[in-house]
Amino acid sequence: MCVAVPARVKEVLGTQAEVEIGGVARRVSIQFTPEAKIDDYLLIHAGFSIHRIDDDEAKEMLKLLANMEGDGL
Amino acid sequence: MKYLDEFRRPEQIAALLQEIRRITRRPLRFMEVCGTHTMAIARWGLKRLLPEEIELVSGPGCPVCVTANPDIDRAIALADIPEAIIATFGDLMRVPGSLSSLNGQRARGRDIRVVYSPLDALSLAEEFPKNKVIFIAVGFETTAPTLAATIKEAYVRGLANFFALSLHKTVPPALATLLDLGEIKLDGFILPGHVSAVIGSKPYEFIPKDHGLGCVITGFEPADILQAILLLVSQANALAPRVEIQYRRGVNPAGNRIAREIMAEVFAPAPGLWRGLGMIPESGLELRDRWASFDGGRTFPVELPQAKESPGCRCGEVLRGLISPRECPLYGRLCTPEEPHGPCMVSTEGSCAAAWKEEI
Amino acid sequence: MKGKPTFSRPSEVILLAHGSGGRLSRDLIGELFLEAFDNPALAKLDDAAVLEVGGGRIAFTTDSYVVTPIFFPGGDIGKLAAAGTVNDLVTTGAVPLYLSAGFIIEEGFPLSDLKKIVHSLAETARLAGVSVVTGDTKVVNHGSLDKIFINTAGVGVIPEGLNISGANARPGDVIILSGTIGDHGIAVLSKREGLKFKTTVESDCAPLNGLAAAMLAVSTEIRCLRDPTRGGLASVVNEIAAQSRVGIFIDEKSLPVKEEVRGASELLGLDPLYLANEGKLVAIVAPEAAEAILGALTSHPLGREAAIIGEVRAEPAGRCVLISPLRSTRVIDLPVGELLPRIC
Repeated sequence: MCVAVPARVKEVLGTQAEVEIGGVARRVSIQFTPEAKIDDYLLIHAGFSIHRIDDDEAKEMLKLLANMEGDGL
Repeated sequence: MKYLDEFRRPEQIAALLQEIRRITRRPLRFMEVCGTHTMAIARWGLKRLLPEEIELVSGPGCPVCVTANPDIDRAIALADIPEAIIATFGDLMRVPGSLSSLNGQRARGRDIRVVYSPLDALSLAEEFPKNKVIFIAVGFETTAPTLAATIKEAYVRGLANFFALSLHKTVPPALATLLDLGEIKLDGFILPGHVSAVIGSKPYEFIPKDHGLGCVITGFEPADILQAILLLVSQANALAPRVEIQYRRGVNPAGNRIAREIMAEVFAPAPGLWRGLGMIPESGLELRDRWASFDGGRTFPVELPQAKESPGCRCGEVLRGLISPRECPLYGRLCTPEEPHGPCMVSTEGSCAAAWKEEI
Repeated sequence: MKGKPTFSRPSEVILLAHGSGGRLSRDLIGELFLEAFDNPALAKLDDAAVLEVGGGRIAFTTDSYVVTPIFFPGGDIGKLAAAGTVNDLVTTGAVPLYLSAGFIIEEGFPLSDLKKIVHSLAETARLAGVSVVTGDTKVVNHGSLDKIFINTAGVGVIPEGLNISGANARPGDVIILSGTIGDHGIAVLSKREGLKFKTTVESDCAPLNGLAAAMLAVSTEIRCLRDPTRGGLASVVNEIAAQSRVGIFIDEKSLPVKEEVRGASELLGLDPLYLANEGKLVAIVAPEAAEAILGALTSHPLGREAAIIGEVRAEPAGRCVLISPLRSTRVIDLPVGELLPRIC
């Protein structure tokens, strides 16, 4: 129901940030994720950041999947 | 693109599928309740890759699809108000109401514009001070906070010509209603990742507790969805249903507190009218009295046509997962993506439109 | 379900979707224009009509340009009006020779903008080696149209020995795309009111007669040639599948798409297959000629990123199938109207 894409923070401007995905930039509101800082990845939905992506968790999942691949081969 | 491409790798997908095949012991039916999941499953052709024991059905997860005709009719009627500029998400433009759609009304000269963010609608109100900009708001808990924040911003900027028609809905009450109806036998839910980014995992606890069904909060890349299915199969095998978060990079168990607080400050729970499920208490979000001057519904009373559904349209049953799109007599004959009769075919994330993509 | 009978309910007013290259456009053309104008040259429904004149064959076409905004990254409405019509001629294998240019201008339109547009049209025509030999100007009341519309018609000569048509694709043929898709669509969308995002993507708008000539120099075994403009690659492959009664299979993995176009598509919930292009060719060629033609394309400045993107099969006749990177499949349907960003 809700398209939200991971975009990188280029610049924080108060309650807003300039974010970038694949070279496309857009100004978004970061009032729901005030902890956002440069080079963080945020989930962007309808011009707002709804979540700061947890990189450790992403790595964890990729590690798990890599193990699964290893087992299968 | 980071956090997308890493979760789309064919080797990874093959390994997940192999693991799913290995542990699946009996036919299992899982429901996804998020249109973006429906889209992703169709985009990546996941149904064709899964073992045939695993059946995926779509539930009431597309906000455009569950918006009932009287609400679409109200949006259309608001476009007739003198000096009105209607702003809305692209998703809603082609959805048919009782007599027309927003797209059809734009062809008849109404000022109806597509925006990416409610903040863009706010900019329109600033740019056209003599007009009344009415934002037609659809969406679930992911989207509702964005409107709440926008209304607060309109207040701060003193914009008296910005209004919103809140057709927002909340997911857990709809799941409760669907389960209470008891019409469909399920083995678990693929739960919406981005709704959960806001509300967290707690609101779903009643599903394993009261209904004994597994739940996995799921991301939107193919590896996410397959991993969620793997977790659901494990839960079903172990007869140990619970709410698990697969999409850990995108969801905190507690959700997003700030977004929820802003939402609660601006909206009060209200009865919500769902296509297919009817009126569900506490499943809608209406503007609190304090923000009434921004409420397009209260500010502009409009006359609505007698609500009528497209004859023969069975979107309601499709949304409850009772029939598959192909079982609807209109599907593919009178109802196609080009000439849709019901919202499930109109919306690109509707289950009928997704099924159409799988017709080879 | 087999066959999928469909029929359209008549819409009582014209919708934007009637002009967007999707099913409604096709129905309007089939049910109104083809019936009213009824003749064999039109009935082929190629991008340009092929006509026998004085013992030789010419290609003749017309197109109207109504793009908003009129100036966009990588081009403007004038450049588009020259390149677009040249490219329609090119799709028959013709060598474009002459253009007409008709301007319909809203009262109050800045003369300086008109000058820019006309010079851009002239420069593009020069680049393509064609002359604008006739024209027309109309000015209408303020509010009767949005700034400026341009219509161009074009004539070209088709060399002997060529037989290029959307109806000529055969099972076993190879599908070649001359470069990245979606650049024009994203460049224009990024400037649309209400969307506001920044990108360095420029429109690919360019006359393609040089590129087509490079292909034809190495092989005449080109069955179909199309420029995937409005409605994108999805629209073009569906047209060819219908005209040739063949199945078209596209390998998603092999599709050249710029990173920025992918990014904007993810952000706005769009599919690059449906985004417009103004400087790309899709060629369906005999399998034995594929390597040579691909080589000719990649050695031309406008075809550096050309790739083989799929193949023609007998079944499912009239349909297009996308093979996903995960080796699963889905239908590539006709576009259903103007592209709308998706949020929900």
